[in-house]
Amino acid sequence: MSTRLATGGRRLDRSRRVAFTFNGKRMQGHPGDTLASALLANDQMLVGRSFKYHRPRGIVASGAEEPNALVGLGEGARFEPNQRATTTELFDGLSCISQNHWPSLETDIGAVNGWFARFLPAGFYYKMFIHPRPFWKHVYEPFIRRSAGLGKVPNPGDPDRYEHFHFFCDVAVIGGGVAGLQAALAAAEAGARVLLMEQTAHWGGRAPVDGGAVEGQPVVDWIDATLARLQDMPHVTLRNRCMGAGVYDHGYLLGYERVSDHAPGSDAPRHRLWRIRAGQIVTATGAIERPLSFAGNDVPGVMLASAVRDYAVDYGVSAGDRTVVVTNNDDAYRTAITLKTLGLEIPAILDARQQGGGALAEEARGMGIRVENGKGIAKVKGGRRVTGVAICAQAGEGAVLEEIGCDAVAMSGGWSPVVHLWSHCGGKLIWDEALALFRPDPAQPPRGADGAGFVLAAGSANGALSLGAVLADAHAAGQAAAEATGHAPGATPAPQGTEDTEAPIAPVWLMPQGARTALRMKSWLDYQNDVKVSDVQLAAREGYESVEHAKRYTTLGMATDQGKLSNINGLAILSDALGQPIPQTGTTTFRPPYTPISFSAIAGAARGPLFQPVRKTPIHGWHEANGADFEPVGQWHRPYCFPRGEEGRHEAVNREIRQTRESVGLLDASTLGKIIVKGPDAGRFLDMLYTNMMSTLKPGRCRYGLMCNENGFLMDDGVVVRLDEETFLCHTTTGGAEAIHGHMEDWLQCEWWDWKVHTANVTEQYAQLAVAGPNARKLLQKLSNDDLSAEALPFMGWTEARISGIPARVHRISFTGELSFELAVPAGRGLALWEALMVAGEEFGVMPYGTEAMHVMRAEKGFIMIGDETDGTVIPQDLGLDWAISKKKHDYIGKRAQQRAHMADPNRWKLVGLETLDGSVLPDGAYATAPGHNANGQRNTQGRVTSSYHSPTLGRGIAMGLVHRGPDRMGEVLEFPTLDGGILKARIVDPVIYDKDGEKQNV
Amino acid sequence: MSEAVPPLGGARFNGLAMIEDAGLMGMITLRGDLASAAMKAAVKTALGLGIPDQRQALSGEGGSALWMSPDELLLICARDGVAQVIASLEDALAGRHFLALNVSDARAVIRVTGAGARETLAKLCPVDLAPGTFTPGMVRRTRLGQIPAAFWLDGRGAFHLICFRSVADYAFGALCDAAAPGGAVGVHG
Amino acid sequence: MLILHCPCCGVTGEETEFHQGGEAHLKREGPGSSDEAFHTYLFAKENPRGVHFERWRHAYGCGKWFIAARDTVTLEVYGTYPAQTHEPPPEIREAITAKRPGWRWRAFA
Repeated sequence: MSTRLATGGRRLDRSRRVAFTFNGKRMQGHPGDTLASALLANDQMLVGRSFKYHRPRGIVASGAEEPNALVGLGEGARFEPNQRATTTELFDGLSCISQNHWPSLETDIGAVNGWFARFLPAGFYYKMFIHPRPFWKHVYEPFIRRSAGLGKVPNPGDPDRYEHFHFFCDVAVIGGGVAGLQAALAAAEAGARVLLMEQTAHWGGRAPVDGGAVEGQPVVDWIDATLARLQDMPHVTLRNRCMGAGVYDHGYLLGYERVSDHAPGSDAPRHRLWRIRAGQIVTATGAIERPLSFAGNDVPGVMLASAVRDYAVDYGVSAGDRTVVVTNNDDAYRTAITLKTLGLEIPAILDARQQGGGALAEEARGMGIRVENGKGIAKVKGGRRVTGVAICAQAGEGAVLEEIGCDAVAMSGGWSPVVHLWSHCGGKLIWDEALALFRPDPAQPPRGADGAGFVLAAGSANGALSLGAVLADAHAAGQAAAEATGHAPGATPAPQGTEDTEAPIAPVWLMPQGARTALRMKSWLDYQNDVKVSDVQLAAREGYESVEHAKRYTTLGMATDQGKLSNINGLAILSDALGQPIPQTGTTTFRPPYTPISFSAIAGAARGPLFQPVRKTPIHGWHEANGADFEPVGQWHRPYCFPRGEEGRHEAVNREIRQTRESVGLLDASTLGKIIVKGPDAGRFLDMLYTNMMSTLKPGRCRYGLMCNENGFLMDDGVVVRLDEETFLCHTTTGGAEAIHGHMEDWLQCEWWDWKVHTANVTEQYAQLAVAGPNARKLLQKLSNDDLSAEALPFMGWTEARISGIPARVHRISFTGELSFELAVPAGRGLALWEALMVAGEEFGVMPYGTEAMHVMRAEKGFIMIGDETDGTVIPQDLGLDWAISKKKHDYIGKRAQQRAHMADPNRWKLVGLETLDGSVLPDGAYATAPGHNANGQRNTQGRVTSSYHSPTLGRGIAMGLVHRGPDRMGEVLEFPTLDGGILKARIVDPVIYDKDGEKQNV
Repeated sequence: MSEAVPPLGGARFNGLAMIEDAGLMGMITLRGDLASAAMKAAVKTALGLGIPDQRQALSGEGGSALWMSPDELLLICARDGVAQVIASLEDALAGRHFLALNVSDARAVIRVTGAGARETLAKLCPVDLAPGTFTPGMVRRTRLGQIPAAFWLDGRGAFHLICFRSVADYAFGALCDAAAPGGAVGVHG
Repeated sequence: MLILHCPCCGVTGEETEFHQGGEAHLKREGPGSSDEAFHTYLFAKENPRGVHFERWRHAYGCGKWFIAARDTVTLEVYGTYPAQTHEPPPEIREAITAKRPGWRWRAFA
């Protein structure tokens, strides 16, 4: 059984206890425990079920590479699936559940899959579920979706706080082990601004467990001293619980800081995403131990040798009372020696190497441990827990030589540098034959904006495996990084660390070497995805020769751990099956993030009211207080209508229209874009920008204009006001101001840079209020002594006036077809003017109207709306707007495009009005069908509805649409199929339905 | 006659930094040839200030001048002095190609002060706000969360953040969120 | 995410402050141009594997357009320069030649 030892556990505070629950079972640990170490201390070796076969699985590792011990952490809104127990710091009150089983961890029905494992090899799903075709959607997929997947997604909203933080430094060092500390120190001593990040709560990495000395002092003391030195340096930032998540172009680095995962209930944000720009990045990310591939290597109790050692030293936890060590390198001997020293039994060390180990092996033998060279494990005994191992010759086929009783197996297949962050942005790897590992190729680093490499690997992440080599390598990397960012490195040499003399590793990709099929089918490569040696061999036989294809076919290296333990073993098996050397097979692509990060951290503050900016007019507060029903228009929120009492939207809109048509209504039109264009060449410039002539507009007058892009398509429209000889005010659509301003600046800066024109976006300087209706003038004259009569201020004119004492620019423009004034006043005075109009208008029954009433009224007038009648493929000529296109101008933006044959084709769809025969409302976007079918078997079409409303003025549905040769077909009846299978018939009519002669607006 | 309503109505939040509505002030967009002697003289006459260097602000008794782009300044003065400053500029630059516009109502100004001011901004803006890098007198136009914004640092350590009026609530809310207690990063002092 | 240097205001900022605006150094074709010339102007854009010239606007900054000479494969930025020119300035061409001898882009080399 796994248990807490009486002594040891350098990270623990044994004086205090921490209570937690696992699947509802109460357990205890100590401050300093991880969830994994605490579970082991409570003899909870079984922690989950595997993905495909639902096999019982236990803790394998002690860090981020853990594939099995994924739990659902927390409860309710704070529940989080797939959390690694090995990287979860224990806190009081922690509650977690195991995953991927039903009804319980101990009794799991899905485990029957395991009995059929023979029939569920790699690619089974692809082959099985393809026929019959309809079964996929209705039978297979729903079933697979229910049975697949690891944790469950939490349902309620996340109550915690998250944020981003932008940070800049010369050198970012990822990894706070010995290598990271030394690299950071070397760079900081040279004067570089340094950020050092460590994903765990602890500094020093694995060195305290492995031991050794630096400059004659114990490595633990050196770590403390170095840390203290770095903390004293003002240009160094140290961050623990902060993982280097991803390296991106041009030195962009994401850091994932788990600020308060370990301290729930604090007022700190839960996670902070560091968005870092570093001149140089040093990846001191260490190395991960590889498992060995032998039958039953997934039985709970089989663990990485380094993890067994970590649990013993760091947490005072033994994985078992009797631990068999199996290895192909010297490092695992340290585990045996450590356990033996703690008084635990080591029945045997099985060393797959014929020649055996070096000094460490001698030391183990000297302690009385049985060491067997050239031996391996044929098979692990036990189901939910290791009960023993059958040993065999590594060179054979698995003939059992002996069975040894044990309750834990510590395995080591060698070490793989963590090259993920080096590789994220294109760093290449080389295969080191002697060390049997991939390491960064210094000649092919990721390259930055200046074309030079910006990532350096240091320490064991760079393939330096002994303490002495790690320090020397990290020192050099730190100095090189500082130098690359313009800081001359100091003269201090690298500190001297212990150099071990280890016997060389012997690559062992399968144990035993000639394992028979039955054994290979129980030799796991990828624990999380249930991929075995036999699956990869099958993939190779079936032609999946590319490592990327084999990965997807077998699912090797997918899911939350992304093959941290399985990738190298898997590609070695694939290489062997293909009869090619490992470098030729290569690795799959390493993609960020290094381990999964929370969606909430990525979203940061962008949630709730900060999800997206809401643009508010100066009168927004009044709208809110008066029951406005808002709709988003771009980022603006505009009142759609102002319902009263029990009124629905439809009734409110009808009421607002009737009031405006019969008396007077108010519209908050502040969202309209307003751009000042000034200069001696302003008229010439606007002649190029608009399809009609603007240079001839007289000061004091307004003109409606159309703007096209160089493709000839309509992009915006609005009223242009000539303020004085040199100055124009261009109104744009709501939400169009920024884009149109950008468009203007584009042409001014990049094409006509010698023209003297200045522009400024003054959209928000003004509140703009439309006062529309037959009583509009009467209302305004109540508040103004200035003459606003038709003679003094005719239609399409503007003047300056004081309304209610507020200086305003008054435009006689109309989008409703009624007598209408648009008043522009400084934004800060907008609300005051609005309220004054509401009070003064009481005698006329004045009321505000919203965007929908505006839309209906403009549609009654046949006025187009950018985005309704246009969609980026419509030219002004399609909309019958030829009157707004100057024939005199040689050029304007879009003119040449409109001369193309298909733009002048009479067969284009053109704007018409549509009148349903039964008076109902056509669905927006409905298509008019035409005889016959197209090449895809769909019915041919001859037009579509672009705007459609109920008109209270006319008491029936009105619509506009684009119809094939529409204006030539007045009176024809078209058929519009509806979604419910019916057909609506509508007659082609003139789009102007209300006051065609414009008598109402021109009074 | 009514008084103008400020977009944030004097809002204030005290967290890791003090976030407060800077209230109404006069703002003028001035575009033209910043290198010309005429422009130099015009700004001197109108505000008593020189032309600030690239991405710098100059302040004096009459107000401040912020460099916004190679041909644009933002002049800040008392709200009731705007008409006079514009008249003075128009007078001095008569016959030249320039643009001087009152934009006092178009924008909101938020003051960010206190020990956490730099970190508060650094949570929202992709700008190096380290004390040794972003120094008094600097102006930076950038992105604050999802909106365009500009800020400058005065000689007393206060950041003045300028954004469009319509998104003043968003900017203020984002700054308050970034300055919420418990969120100190502990990097910039 | 790229880093770009705006030659107009001097800011070296991250890509989110900028908007990309397509191919640089286009010659506008207006009324009177042939169908082919107009088609080429609008649609026949360069799509090189390597050296490229692009328009960028410092949208969240000074609002100015500029041109970036960069490599579409390595993402190396050879230099940026103001948009008021019909061709890459000599120092930009030299910087590219130093890194990519023999480069060609449209008529430039």
